[in-house]
Amino acid sequence: MIKFDRFVLSNGLKVLVHQDNSTPMAVVNVLYDVGARDEDASRTGFAHLFEHLMFGGSVNIPVYDEPLQVAGGENNAYTTNDLTNYYCQLPAENLETAFWLESDRMLSLAFSDKSLDVQRKVVSEEFKEHYLNKPYGDAWMHMRELVYTQHPYRWMTIGRELSHIENARLEDVKRFFFKHYTPVNAILVVAGNVYTDHVRHLAEKWFGDIPPGIKYTRNLPPEPEQTRDRRKTVEAAVPLDAFYKTWHMCSRTDDRYYAVDLITDMLGGGASSRLYQRLVKEKQLFSNIDCYHFGSLDPGMVVVEGKLVKGVSIEAAETAVEEELEQIKQHPVDERELEKVKNKTESIMAFEDMSVMNRAGSLAFYELLGDAQEMNTELEKYRKVTAVEIQEECRRLFRTGNSNTLYYLAGKESSTQQTQTK
Amino acid sequence: MSQTILNRKQPPRIKDAVEFELQLKACDVYTLDNGVQVWAINAGAEEVIQVEWVFYAGNSYEEKDGIAAAASFLIKNGTSLKTAFEVNETFDYYGAYLNRNCYNETANLVFHGLTKHLESLMPMVQELLTDARFPEEELAIYQQNMKQRLAVNLKKCDVVANRLIDEYLYGKAHPYGKNHTVETYDGLDIQSIREFYSRYYQQGHVKIFVAGYLPSNLYEILNRYFGQLPFRATPEAEPQHPRTPATPKKQRVINDANGVQGAIRLARPFINRHHPDFQGAQVLNTLLGGFFGSRLMDNIREDKGYTYGIYSFLQNHLQDSAWVVSTEAGREVCEATIREVYLEMKKLREGTIPEDELMMVKNYLIGTILGDLDGPFQIIGRWKNLVLNGLTKSYFEESVRTIKQISGKELTELANRYLVEEDFYELVVV
Repeated sequence: MIKFDRFVLSNGLKVLVHQDNSTPMAVVNVLYDVGARDEDASRTGFAHLFEHLMFGGSVNIPVYDEPLQVAGGENNAYTTNDLTNYYCQLPAENLETAFWLESDRMLSLAFSDKSLDVQRKVVSEEFKEHYLNKPYGDAWMHMRELVYTQHPYRWMTIGRELSHIENARLEDVKRFFFKHYTPVNAILVVAGNVYTDHVRHLAEKWFGDIPPGIKYTRNLPPEPEQTRDRRKTVEAAVPLDAFYKTWHMCSRTDDRYYAVDLITDMLGGGASSRLYQRLVKEKQLFSNIDCYHFGSLDPGMVVVEGKLVKGVSIEAAETAVEEELEQIKQHPVDERELEKVKNKTESIMAFEDMSVMNRAGSLAFYELLGDAQEMNTELEKYRKVTAVEIQEECRRLFRTGNSNTLYYLAGKESSTQQTQTK
Repeated sequence: MSQTILNRKQPPRIKDAVEFELQLKACDVYTLDNGVQVWAINAGAEEVIQVEWVFYAGNSYEEKDGIAAAASFLIKNGTSLKTAFEVNETFDYYGAYLNRNCYNETANLVFHGLTKHLESLMPMVQELLTDARFPEEELAIYQQNMKQRLAVNLKKCDVVANRLIDEYLYGKAHPYGKNHTVETYDGLDIQSIREFYSRYYQQGHVKIFVAGYLPSNLYEILNRYFGQLPFRATPEAEPQHPRTPATPKKQRVINDANGVQGAIRLARPFINRHHPDFQGAQVLNTLLGGFFGSRLMDNIREDKGYTYGIYSFLQNHLQDSAWVVSTEAGREVCEATIREVYLEMKKLREGTIPEDELMMVKNYLIGTILGDLDGPFQIIGRWKNLVLNGLTKSYFEESVRTIKQISGKELTELANRYLVEEDFYELVVV
């Protein structure tokens, strides 16, 4: 049970306080309700580039990192398709330093040309390191474009192409900042060796006079229901054929989410999972195989991906995957298997909650979903899922017409591709 | 509330992190009936537990390449009573994990799970340590899948660079410098693996490290399942492996003609933890490239934008070590990056280290240790590091003292001793 206090400043900033006096540290977590899905299709990668710029100095403080390090703190941030999250941890005695730094960059950035210029290059190198210069690094770029025809999940957080980042201008940066980085669009969580009254005082003092901004209303084109299976084949200079298949799933806030999460664990969560046991160990068609999902806030994807054993035809591998899915659609899972994946979920949650930093991040995330209190009822929701619901959900997920398949084949060319719709 | 206008240019007062008292929480030490030692940290609010068995069964002990790693991987893949699937299912059913890793001197098994399930699962771990079967067909799958994984990894410039720099530093015959190849996997045989298991696991030397929310009968559980087994009282003497470093020191490798980045590694042989310079060098390393505010990051990422990240570190080996600078940079700026790294080393040798920069590094380091002493797994990790390196708690206290007290002048001396361009191997893999 994670306890917390909650209050809202007059400018709309939500503040959550989670007290844990067993640690000497404090964590300050600021979540902004903006992610790559909120980008313009011609300026992708912007939310993430922007995250980098948040460290390039704010209106009154030339650099963010240095004073934090002087106070014995460290920090980082991440951007997803849905949200952007900043967090720092420092000795609790120096908590106010974090308030000073975080509030100033919510007030306004320095908007320096130098910072933009350097971070464009840094992000370009990040793009190359993770997506261009790695075997299979661009697989998800292909897959996202196949799966989403309308919704901005079409592109990765890093962006659709390097040129979008290279062409970012300071005016774009400013517009983005004043639209999204405002108190009404943010959630502040303070956790660790802290007291609510003190946090309230610091929050009023440092964040209280920041103009509220305008609540951003998200109006994204929903992805139309897919009715025909789509497939794509890519050939690249990789050593092994790889198989990727996805199915549209419900959103993170849907009641059916819990069944989907458990299904992916039964299929691909670890060494006793169905796909691993049947296709890696018994049939030896894949050298590795995983099943997981993107628990995104708008409807996401369930994924099966794996690398094929050399000599196995990708069609045969796909057929074998389909047979396993047919099994789980046709025969209800037994209680023991269901219990197994529920136990795993319970265990993962307990391990995640060990660190104050994780607890702070989770509180912010659940508050974004609607109510941080939901964090404490999550396990119960998993416990309630029945074998019947699992079967119904499998039939819904793995239905004809709902899938997208990517064959990523070992070829000589560095990148040729063909697309076909079946 | 006061009505005075907030001066946002004025930083809040801070307590300098160097003023914090850092205490490494005391560890309980038990000895089981057979002499096996257990180190235990009871802490944390969540009802979870970690148990780690550290065997002296790393690749330093193998007579044929790849045997130690194969034994470590396959130990979980079947006993005379259970198939690999049944073993995995046993842990998975309780939401628990049993991972295994093979290092140079040691190889471990690490259990993570909810404390309430500990007692149900220890018999399974005992079975693996007494009765692993190493089926032929499991080895065949392992060989096939590891070769496939290797083929993918060898396409990555960073992986190739990590392999090569260790070969240059230690030589291919040294445990720290050898890398698995297709031939390594093809050469594996079940007999050697079983013999290795028998000698270094069943009858080997083990140390046990436990942390988390501990049950009151922990000692009794461990003693029942691990205190009666025929382990050795001390590790076997480690075979000697002389270093055979490579010449020349400067290497450029093209792994992918179309690559858009190069993996850069600059590395010099270095002393181990027992040398009096080691702790000071860790402070100097932090300043050079050990954290986000380091000189390398500041110059090469935050000023020039050549890379997404650049770090330096001291390798964490028990015997010899190395001081390494590591980054992936744009292909066309690799040589410029290397020049800047040497320039930063030169500045550390020839310039004075500003007081405020030194204070920032010290505060950062103390703050990090303070945060790191927080969780039970982190605390036991520090204890394990001390125990395996043959050090005591006073080493931890000494390292905190070094961070708090070391002067800029002492760091400059260390830079002149160790950050010397000619001593570094230099590698770029595109």
